[in-house]
Amino acid sequence: MLGSFAVLRKQSLLGDAISHAALPGIAIAFLITGAKDSNVLLLGALVSGLIGTFWIRGIITKTHLKSDTALGLILSLFFGFGMLLLTFIQKQPNANQAGLDKYLFGQAATLVESDVWLMAIVTGMCLIVLLLFWKEFKILLFDADYTKTLGFNTKIIDILITSFIVLAIVLGLQTVGVVLMSAMLLAPAAAARQWTNSLGVMVFLAAIFGAFSGVFGTAISASQNNLSTGPVIVLVASVFVLFSFVFSPSRGLLFKQIRFIKNRRDLELHKTLAFMYNIAETHDDISHPHTIKILNNFQGFTRKTLQKLVDKDYVKLEGTMWSLTEEGFKTASNLYNQQTNTNE
Amino acid sequence: MSSAQIEIQLIASLVAIACAIPGTFLVLRKMAMISDAISHSILPGIVIGFFITHDLNSPVLIVLAALTGIITVILVEWIQKTGLVKEDTAIGLVFPALFSIGVILIAKNANDVHLDVDAVLLGELAFAPFDRLLIAGTDVGPKSMWVVGSILLVTISLLIAFFKELKVSTFDAGLSASLGFSPVVIHYGLMTVSSVTTVGAFDAVGAILVVALMIAPAASAYLLTTDLKKMLILAVSFGVFSAISGYWFAHWLDASISGSITTMLGLLFLMVYLFAPTKGLIAVVYREKQQRTEVSLLTFLLHLKNHNEEEERHVNHLREHINWQKVRAKTVLELALKNNMIVIDESIVSLTKKGDAFTSKAIDYIITNEDSQIEDMKDDFFLFRG
Repeated sequence: MLGSFAVLRKQSLLGDAISHAALPGIAIAFLITGAKDSNVLLLGALVSGLIGTFWIRGIITKTHLKSDTALGLILSLFFGFGMLLLTFIQKQPNANQAGLDKYLFGQAATLVESDVWLMAIVTGMCLIVLLLFWKEFKILLFDADYTKTLGFNTKIIDILITSFIVLAIVLGLQTVGVVLMSAMLLAPAAAARQWTNSLGVMVFLAAIFGAFSGVFGTAISASQNNLSTGPVIVLVASVFVLFSFVFSPSRGLLFKQIRFIKNRRDLELHKTLAFMYNIAETHDDISHPHTIKILNNFQGFTRKTLQKLVDKDYVKLEGTMWSLTEEGFKTASNLYNQQTNTNE
Repeated sequence: MSSAQIEIQLIASLVAIACAIPGTFLVLRKMAMISDAISHSILPGIVIGFFITHDLNSPVLIVLAALTGIITVILVEWIQKTGLVKEDTAIGLVFPALFSIGVILIAKNANDVHLDVDAVLLGELAFAPFDRLLIAGTDVGPKSMWVVGSILLVTISLLIAFFKELKVSTFDAGLSASLGFSPVVIHYGLMTVSSVTTVGAFDAVGAILVVALMIAPAASAYLLTTDLKKMLILAVSFGVFSAISGYWFAHWLDASISGSITTMLGLLFLMVYLFAPTKGLIAVVYREKQQRTEVSLLTFLLHLKNHNEEEERHVNHLREHINWQKVRAKTVLELALKNNMIVIDESIVSLTKKGDAFTSKAIDYIITNEDSQIEDMKDDFFLFRG
């Protein structure tokens, strides 16, 4: 759901970066408290995720390094630091340390009821905030400068969105793990984007896609032995994306191709008609018959296009002869006019 | 220092150099995230290679992994070309999918062998020296040293051979196309080198460190210089420095070597980010402040030039007229005085000859829309900067 905003803000890889950046937070929280209380660990993850995000922001705005460099940098550096801390923790004499690396790869099966409740609460909060600030979010997304002139505090709105994205990611970490979190953020939104141009519908669709891939993925992984949940969910989501890419009515590849072919046919039809018009023009009588053979030298001509022209009543066929009808002549001359008009 | 320690440091440095070279070009070409994608998506290639050969050390693994890396790049580009999503989204879609396939393949089929996700992603440098390469029964050194070393050799020779081409196509793809060498070929060549480097290196140091070693030294070097050759040299030396210092840091903490190398890289970048002479955070903030003061100064001088009436030029009046805070007004006044642009006579401010000349010239530039010229002019007039 929040992924929609990430995708539209061209910050898709932010999810990836944040999920990696959360690791040192988890480790530090563990080092400080020494206990494996999931809420404290999540808080640590949240903080370090936010630090990562704002550092990325700082690098992009204050130096000439580009966003991809900043993302890759923060991602790998934070993760490496997290690894260092994790291995450091492993050497510590603390029995609680086991299972900390579950956060890395995620384990939906380890979730307990309280985790689920926490997630539900956070999701509810996200929804409420989203509804409350819907207008602000939307306007900031598409025209940041305009928002500023309207007197909104863009910085606060920005921070709000970012924090919620970070929060969602950190929560999801437990379920699907670091690597796959970015896909969970992106895939539903990218799929939803193909079906609609409206932000509201898109967010709604993304939520549905996300939920579906979650349910299907879990179902598939439960039905088979030895199949971890996270990757299956991601694969299901990817299938959704692929499906959307190919079959979406207005942007999909399939329909684009069909439209492309149709346009080409139309163009050929017009070309043939124009050619006929040029021939017919040289005669006094426009419906003077000509042999089909002279059309053969012309590229746009096929038997099919000729048939289509007949269907449209532009051309009459008699044996191997063709002649333009009154209507065909008119259309053809208009065609020519239209072209010159648009050229001007 | 035992021979194993020397070997570990040697491997780490070799990896650092091998990564820094393609990394520099990736950063310059704004494709840094591709390295992250490659490092994740080579997993299925390795898994499939393992199924074919049942040998974790076979070169087939490296070839297949590199192939998957290139497939990733092609897939990303293909998705991007359809125009349905942006490039970063395309990257974000492709590599988790490939990675998931790899994880599932491992989980389904290879549960009983030594090939787990942690090892692939994180690597363990400390074990590298134990994996010896034996030629005709004699021990010639750790295997990963030879692998990385040969990759490095190929990379360097390619770099020297195609330096000019790489340079031109990185900075001006159009020019390089018109000069007759295809940017596409160079693009895929670079991608191949990156994939191979990633694969060869991650065996020793893990996928995440590969990404860090590719991007961080190059990004730090980019903040310090704009010369490509200098940038390459700086990136390489940053990489080697953090590899060796990272090793000793890990030795001291008794923690993961790859993690501490990354941490060293992070510290290094942080230092450069803050203190780089022209592009560092502190320098940028300072320069912004300086420019703000100088713009205010210009506004102030323009005001003086436009008003001859004494009441408009009274020190106290100015403050409310231009609507500045007290501190700000004082800074600007002092700067103007220091530069001999104004004189204050009984609380009445007036322009000196120099101030007058400066202001007239500035107006000329502003009117003709050549604002950037003002920067150069400042050098001629200012004794002290804001």
